Amino acid sequence: MTTKKMAIIATKGTLDMAYPPFILASTAAALGYDVQIFFTFYGLQLLRRDLSSVMISPLANPAMPMPIPMPVMVQMLPGMESMATMMMKQKLKKHGVASLQELRDLCLEADVKFVACQMTVDLFEFDKSEFIKEVEYGGAASFFGFAGDTDICLFV
Amino acid sequence: MNFNKEFDASGMSCPLPIVKTKKALVDMESGQVLKVIATDCGALKDMQAFADQTGNTLLSTEESGGKYIFFMQKK
Repeated sequence: MTTKKMAIIATKGTLDMAYPPFILASTAAALGYDVQIFFTFYGLQLLRRDLSSVMISPLANPAMPMPIPMPVMVQMLPGMESMATMMMKQKLKKHGVASLQELRDLCLEADVKFVACQMTVDLFEFDKSEFIKEVEYGGAASFFGFAGDTDICLFV
Repeated sequence: MNFNKEFDASGMSCPLPIVKTKKALVDMESGQVLKVIATDCGALKDMQAFADQTGNTLLSTEESGGKYIFFMQKK
């Protein structure tokens, strides 16, 4: 049986949108898939050594369940983003959901390959020392080198 | 049922029970049985799906007192 393959493009850098790529990648790896995640644009935030800056905002996020109705004017106040992030992290913990750090570590342990988009790394002037050492760097063509041969290919 | 190793995934949510079951199986030998305890009801379908896709055999699934107990035989 040939090994199945999955490629994911991760483009978002908020706490909520950071979960799907890592959940799917770690699960696919557990099922025996060969997995690669291509991180581009805001998805690059998920490669930082320190993930504490990955946050969630209630602003422009009307689908986010809030404990009390919160007018947009209130959501704009300083500190609201940190508060929403803290509450979300508490909720995740309470429900036994792994932290981003843990999921990312599980991916790395399972040999999920992380590729950072070189163009956006340069565009946002990231310093590679901010990223975890397991990251490889490449462009769209190198993504297709892997993705062209996959069974599942997702854009998050 | 006899088993060779036990993994308690109580309190863990998706995808941890599956990902860590896979990890627990790594150092076991073919034919050995892993007992997995989980509280995530999603694990009911996921354990079967894991078995179907990896070739390991889900020997049985039991439910008692809000816990799910799986016996997984390594391929």
